[in-house]
Amino acid sequence: MIALLDRDIKLAIRAGGGFGLGLAFFLIVVVLVPFSVGPKSDLLAIIAPGILWLGALLACLLSLDRIFALDYEDGSLDLLATSPLPMEAIVSIKALAHFLTTAVPLVLATPLFGVMLNLQAEGFVWVMISLAVGTPALSVIGTFGAALTVGLKRGGLLLSILVLPLYVPTLIFGAEVARRGTLGMDIQTPLLMLAGITFATIALLPFASAAVIRINLR
Amino acid sequence: MVLKVSDLAVSRGGVLVLEGLNFTLKRGNALILRGPNGSGKTTLLRTLAGLQPAVAGRIEAEQDDIAFATHSDGLKPTLTVRENLTFWAHIFGSNHIDEAVDVFALQSLLNRSAGALSAGQKRRLGLARLMISGRPLWILDEPTVSLDKESVARFAETVKLHLSKGGAALLATHIDLGFEADVFDVSPFKAKPTDLPFLDEVML
Repeated sequence: MIALLDRDIKLAIRAGGGFGLGLAFFLIVVVLVPFSVGPKSDLLAIIAPGILWLGALLACLLSLDRIFALDYEDGSLDLLATSPLPMEAIVSIKALAHFLTTAVPLVLATPLFGVMLNLQAEGFVWVMISLAVGTPALSVIGTFGAALTVGLKRGGLLLSILVLPLYVPTLIFGAEVARRGTLGMDIQTPLLMLAGITFATIALLPFASAAVIRINLR
Repeated sequence: MVLKVSDLAVSRGGVLVLEGLNFTLKRGNALILRGPNGSGKTTLLRTLAGLQPAVAGRIEAEQDDIAFATHSDGLKPTLTVRENLTFWAHIFGSNHIDEAVDVFALQSLLNRSAGALSAGQKRRLGLARLMISGRPLWILDEPTVSLDKESVARFAETVKLHLSKGGAALLATHIDLGFEADVFDVSPFKAKPTDLPFLDEVML
């Protein structure tokens, strides 16, 4: 299992692996928003937590179709399916690799991007915490979507349409934690909801993903 | 005996392709599947490898005994030959890639990235993965595609060695590999082209 994680991370980091894809997209969103909203720093400060969350979510979405598509095309998914690893472990490792190569860089880049959006000082910690708690769910849900669309040519559009509604609860509670934290309000309820969604998806979705991969390989 | 198939029927895309298959494969033996293109050899092999369910009949084999090699080699172009092999070695719980590297003459290529290899070299690398898996029953779909004469001979030697160690091999191939093997022609078992009655059941 560690070998698979190691391989996926290596593949992501090497040329053509799409490691910087999400990060570059996030940067573009954050750079362009102030231009489109206009030079009102107090308005930017209000919307900054929500924009950071939305940017991170869309950046996660961008790299989802790579999770299984390449392995499917070159035949390694067939070979992995006949290997000693259970399919549930394979999809979990894939989700973890996506989280480590896409979401973690986004979380780490947030303080820098927050400055560009005039995020208030109290907000940095809470935006980072909410992203750190919420993005595992994005990776796990996204892996499920990628499993559903594996084998479809140009399945990217279908993947986005399938996955976006499932991302909404995470976005609502994640952005709410970031907003309340920035304003110095009580964050306990939305943070618990966010963590609950993350743990529930990690506990349940790998089984669903493994089942649909098995069907898609037929 | 590593594989026993009784009254097996297999389907592809909801259409029955082969039915009434019966054969057995014993340790130390090889069985070669023959049949024209589209006769269902690949579907049969995928079913035996556990990638899709059988429509009817029984397959008696340990799933953990089977090493499956498809048309494609499952190589990552940005990883080196050594990294590709080591990855599969770890997946199958072993650390030894040296023997397979020797047998398929990959020493000089170890540090090249797999994307820079020729088709035949990739094929050799894909077959080296089989040795590394350490599993007794090899299920091979057109293993000699894009191999040159020398590599085919080397591959045949490898299969013979595998058989002599008590392994078994089931191959779909059209060329003569030059070793003793039973031949099983699938064409008499071609199913009548009717749609399956319970399509939903077959798909799920």
